[in-house]
Amino acid sequence: MLYALLIYEKPDDFARRVSSVESEAYTAAWRAYHRAMLDAGIFVGGRPLDTPETATTVRLREGKSEIQDGPYANTKEQLGGFTLLELPSLDAALEWAARCPAASYGTVEVRPIAVELEPRVTVAS
Amino acid sequence: MQARTDEPAQRAVEAVARESYGRLVALLATRTHDVAGAEDALGDALVSALTTWPRDGIPKNPQGWLLTAARNRLMDHARHQQVHEHSTPTLKLMTREFDETADPDRWPDERLKLLFVCAHPAIDPNIHTPLMLQTVLGLDAVAIGRALLVAPKTIGQRLVRAKTKIRQARIAFEIPTADQIPARLEAVLKAIYAAYGNSWEDASGADQRIPELGQEAIWLARVLREQLPEDPEIRGLLALMLYCEARRPARRSAEGRFVPLSDQDPKDWSMPMIEEAERELTAAFQMRRPGRFQIEAAIQSVHAERAHTDRTDSAAIAAFYDQLVQLAPSIGGAVARAAAHAEVRGPEAGLTLLDQIDSHAVISYQPYWAVRAHLLRQLDRPQAAAEAYDRAIGLSEDPAVRTFLTERRNSLTLQ
Repeated sequence: MLYALLIYEKPDDFARRVSSVESEAYTAAWRAYHRAMLDAGIFVGGRPLDTPETATTVRLREGKSEIQDGPYANTKEQLGGFTLLELPSLDAALEWAARCPAASYGTVEVRPIAVELEPRVTVAS
Repeated sequence: MQARTDEPAQRAVEAVARESYGRLVALLATRTHDVAGAEDALGDALVSALTTWPRDGIPKNPQGWLLTAARNRLMDHARHQQVHEHSTPTLKLMTREFDETADPDRWPDERLKLLFVCAHPAIDPNIHTPLMLQTVLGLDAVAIGRALLVAPKTIGQRLVRAKTKIRQARIAFEIPTADQIPARLEAVLKAIYAAYGNSWEDASGADQRIPELGQEAIWLARVLREQLPEDPEIRGLLALMLYCEARRPARRSAEGRFVPLSDQDPKDWSMPMIEEAERELTAAFQMRRPGRFQIEAAIQSVHAERAHTDRTDSAAIAAFYDQLVQLAPSIGGAVARAAAHAEVRGPEAGLTLLDQIDSHAVISYQPYWAVRAHLLRQLDRPQAAAEAYDRAIGLSEDPAVRTFLTERRNSLTLQ
């Protein structure tokens, strides 16, 4: 079973990404977490996303594309990255979510991959 | 007559459904994580048993028959769908496992795992108890609604949503690790007690499966105690149910009339059960971690004392109810507390406590109106008492209780 961990962070957390002495603890925690997932052989993929200020949204309405500056949701916590893990159960995914550095300062949403939908909306590579 | 020859087979189907529902659902769903699918498959198997068994005779191993039939349904379904790639090999594996052990007594009992799945933190807490009552104990939405004072329609939709989440998010079917148990146990105990309460309210025996539901609830508590002997609340719940169960025969006179607790003859109580309850409660208290079920059991233990002392210590009961509503507020607890204080401080005090309960929450709560009627009668307010009796009578499900209340009402002297 594939699970996505969606990582939500606050503006302060995004600010900590800028390289500095204080941010070393932040990046070290993420590196250790990545290493643990690799060692466990469960890491399928995942990337950090750039800050919400770099986001642009696109909608097509009545044939006209509406392009807007900024992220989709106007909330304090914003999607900061995602991780894809191969695990046997939701319980295992919740355990890995709890180990994620963002669980202690932001929010980690766990979502299973849509196994019933996927074969109908994808083609074999 | 066709109907007559069908009867033993029909009863056999009903009996095995009663005894084995939760066990079969748990077995069928453990690998697939599809509780709704397991229930549907088992439902289909029961329907086909109703046509097959009268014709071909009752199979030697009815549980095995139902399991095979239900499993075949699941396999057919999986083959049709094909999308659930992992489920077909899973089902094949399951088939092999059960073929090796045809004796149902040697099947693993997966009910506890199913209980803990139902109480999983990823599931909406409001649906933990209903989900357990349905999947583990086989109650329908109407019975669940009655046990938990919720509308059956609301329950139905929420049950469907919860089962979908169990399957799609693939919640693990396992006994939780030690550190997770406290959080999950509360919901499990609540569900077991709700199942027991359901068996209790329907003492009329109108629904045959109900007394067995009580046995089932006690059995589940015993299994839990074996798994987690250091938890005082499990023992408290077990003691509570045993005290109540000990009095079950005394709740009816030889003529089938309802006998309230205060009029029961302790000679009709089961002393071995009371003694077992006593042992469990003592063991629980020694752990020095009080909880809701231990207090409720303590209240029942005071009632049980009457078998030895010939009197009831009402003040002790009232004090325990004060503790109970502090620790675990509930409508039932608040009503019982009012009744207990009325015994100690008189009907006026009891009525004052009843008036403090949220009036909206008690509109359809029978015990509230029964207690209210009783107190108004003692206060010599026959008109108001009659109205409260009418409410209580209208809300009673048990015919014996209805008769009892009607007689009380009719003995009032109305102007």
